[in-house]
Amino acid sequence: MPKTMFEKVWDDHVVVPETDATPAVLFIDLHLTHEVTTPQAYTELRKRGLKLRRPDLTLATMDHSTPTRTEQVFGGVPIAVDSAAKQVKQLEENAREFGVELFNLQDSRRGIVHIIGPELGLTQPGKTIVCGDSHTSTHGAFGALAFGIGTTEVGHVLATQCLLQRRPKTFAINVINQLPRGVTAKDLILAIIGRIGVSGGTGHVLEFRGACISGLSMDERMTICNMSIEAGARAGMIAPDATTFAYLEQAPRAPKGDAWVAALERWKQLPTDNGATFDRSVDIDAAALVPMVTYGTHPGMVAPINGNVPAQGDAVFQKALAYMGLRAGEPINNVPVNNVFVGSCTNGRLSDLRNAARVLRGHKLAQGVKMLVVPGSQNVKRAAEAEGLDRVFLDAGAEWRESGCSMCLGMNGDLVPAGHYSISTSNRNFEGRQGVGARTLLASPETAAASAIRGRVTDPREFSSN
Amino acid sequence: MPAVKTIRSRTVVLPTSNIDTDQIIPARFLTSTSRAGFGKNLFADWRYDPAGNPKPDFALNKPEAQGASILVAGRNIGCGSSREHAAWALQDFGITAVVSTEFADIFRTNCLKNGLVPVLVDEKTHGWLLANPQAEVTINVESSTLALPDGTTVQFPLEGFARYCLLNGVDELGYLLSKNEAIARYEQAHR
Repeated sequence: MPKTMFEKVWDDHVVVPETDATPAVLFIDLHLTHEVTTPQAYTELRKRGLKLRRPDLTLATMDHSTPTRTEQVFGGVPIAVDSAAKQVKQLEENAREFGVELFNLQDSRRGIVHIIGPELGLTQPGKTIVCGDSHTSTHGAFGALAFGIGTTEVGHVLATQCLLQRRPKTFAINVINQLPRGVTAKDLILAIIGRIGVSGGTGHVLEFRGACISGLSMDERMTICNMSIEAGARAGMIAPDATTFAYLEQAPRAPKGDAWVAALERWKQLPTDNGATFDRSVDIDAAALVPMVTYGTHPGMVAPINGNVPAQGDAVFQKALAYMGLRAGEPINNVPVNNVFVGSCTNGRLSDLRNAARVLRGHKLAQGVKMLVVPGSQNVKRAAEAEGLDRVFLDAGAEWRESGCSMCLGMNGDLVPAGHYSISTSNRNFEGRQGVGARTLLASPETAAASAIRGRVTDPREFSSN
Repeated sequence: MPAVKTIRSRTVVLPTSNIDTDQIIPARFLTSTSRAGFGKNLFADWRYDPAGNPKPDFALNKPEAQGASILVAGRNIGCGSSREHAAWALQDFGITAVVSTEFADIFRTNCLKNGLVPVLVDEKTHGWLLANPQAEVTINVESSTLALPDGTTVQFPLEGFARYCLLNGVDELGYLLSKNEAIARYEQAHR
C-alpha cells in the first residue's frame, strides 16, 4: 500500500504498536537538549536513580537564556541575568554527571539548537528527532520526523530513548508555481499560516510539497518547517532530494564512505509514494504571493505588505489591534519601526544574513532605529565575518552579536522596550514575546532590512536594484 | 503526579482565543531549574500592572474567582511554545482542569503528564460556560464527563491510557521503563 513520507518514518520507529488503550512506543534517533527545558528532567532521573540510556544519541547546547554580548560570552564578564547564569551552570553539571556531549557557552560549535543539528549533519532524513522546544519542527526540512516535547517527555527520552505517542494525521500543503522575485520562504510560510490558521495544523504532520518547495534551498526549507508549529502542527516535513544530499555531504557528522552510500539508498526511499493519501490537503499558489508582515498578536494575523490592517469585529481581534496600537484599514507599510531583529532559528542562517546584508549594504539605519543582528550559531557567525557581512551591519549602525535565541523570546537580556515596534525575522508575535509591551511584526530578513533603512515597514522590492 | 478522580469547582473564565504559552508564563520566568513556584507568575503580564500590582479587572484577580480550580478558556488554548512551565504554573496556581473547544497538541500532552485535566467540549457547552462564569461544574475523570449545574452532562475525549494515569496518579515513565526489553530488541535490530 502506498505510504506518505511521515508514515514511512513513523512505521520504522514503532517499538510497540499503539492499541485502542495504549499509545505507541516510538524510538527517538536524536535528542537535542538545551538549558531551559531540561533541568527538571535531570532532577527526575536523579530522584529515580535512572541513567541516560543513549548518550550517543543526545546532544546539549545552550541558546535560550544565554547572553549574546561578546563580553558576557567570552570576556569573563558575568552573565547579566542571574537565573540564566544558574541554568548554564546547571546544564554543565547535568551534562557532566549524565555523560551528555555539551557545547558550552564558549564552544566554537555552539548555537541555537535547531541551527546546529543540521550544521553538524546530525539532522538526517528518516530520523525521529525531538527537543524540549516547539521549533524542533525545523529539522523536518530534511525529511525527518521532528517535533517539540515538554520537560516530562524530555525525561522519558533521556531514560528510555522512547516516547509514548498517538499517531498524528497527515496534511499535504501543495505549493504550486514559483515564488515571484523578491518574495521569500518566510513570506510563503507566513501566507500558509494566514491561510490555514494558527490551529489549522493541530493534530497533523504537514508535508510541504510541490515544485516551489523542491526549488528551495535547505535554509529556505528550514524556515518553512520551522514555523509549522505556528500553524499548530505536530511537525512539518519536506521530502529529501539532491539538494538535501548535497547539504549533508559536506556536514561533519553525516555518514561517510560506505555508510554514506547506504544512507543515500535509504533516504531515496523516503518520499511519499505515488497514490498515497493524506487526511487533508490544501493548495497554495506561490506565484500570487507578495512579501508578508504580521500586524497582530499571533502569526496568523498576517497581511500582504502592500495591504491594509484588516477590519474584524470580535473582541479578541480588537484587543490584539489595541495591543499593537494599530487601526483597521491602516496601510501595513506605514507602520513605524523602532527596532529591528535579524536572527533566530527561523531566519538566523548564513543565507538569511546575506539576504539582509544585500538590502542594507551602503545604507544607514533610519534615525532612531535600533537593529540587532544575531547569527544562529558560532559557525554562521564565522562564515558571515569571512564574507564581511558583519561590516555591512556595523557600517549601517546595527549591532553584531554572538549566537543565541536573543530577542526572539526576551529571556536573555535582549529586549524590545514597551510600546516599541519591532520588525523581527523570528517566529512569534505574541504579546510580550520580545519584552513586556513590545509590538512585534514578523517578516523576512529582506523586509526587516528594508524597514530598518526607512524606519517604517518597507517592501524590500523597493531596494531590488541592490 | 497526583491522582485525579473528580473535580467539583466553580469556574474562572478567560474567553480569549489562542491563549499562547507566552501569556500563561512569559519566557523571562523560565529561568528556574525547579518545577515549583511558577504560579505567582501565571499570566503575569495580564494579571499585574507594570508596578507589579494585581489588575482588579483581570478574571483571575476577581474576588469571586478565588478558589476556583477549573479554567474555561477560549479556543486553541496553549498554542506556541512547548514549555511545560505553562502546565506547572496553572497547577501551582491551583487550576486542576482546563476547559476549551480546542487544545494545542503539546500543551494538552503537558497537561496530561502533570495530572491537569484537559476537557474538550462542544461549542454549545463552551458558549454556556463562557456566559456563566463561576458556574459550579463537576468533572468526572472515570466517566470522562463534565456536568453543568442543571445536571446536563457532556462527554469529553480521554483515551484509556491517559485516563488510567490520571485516575491512579501514575506517570508514564514507569510504563516506558517496563518496555525495556522491546526497546533493547529494537536497538539491536537497528544498529
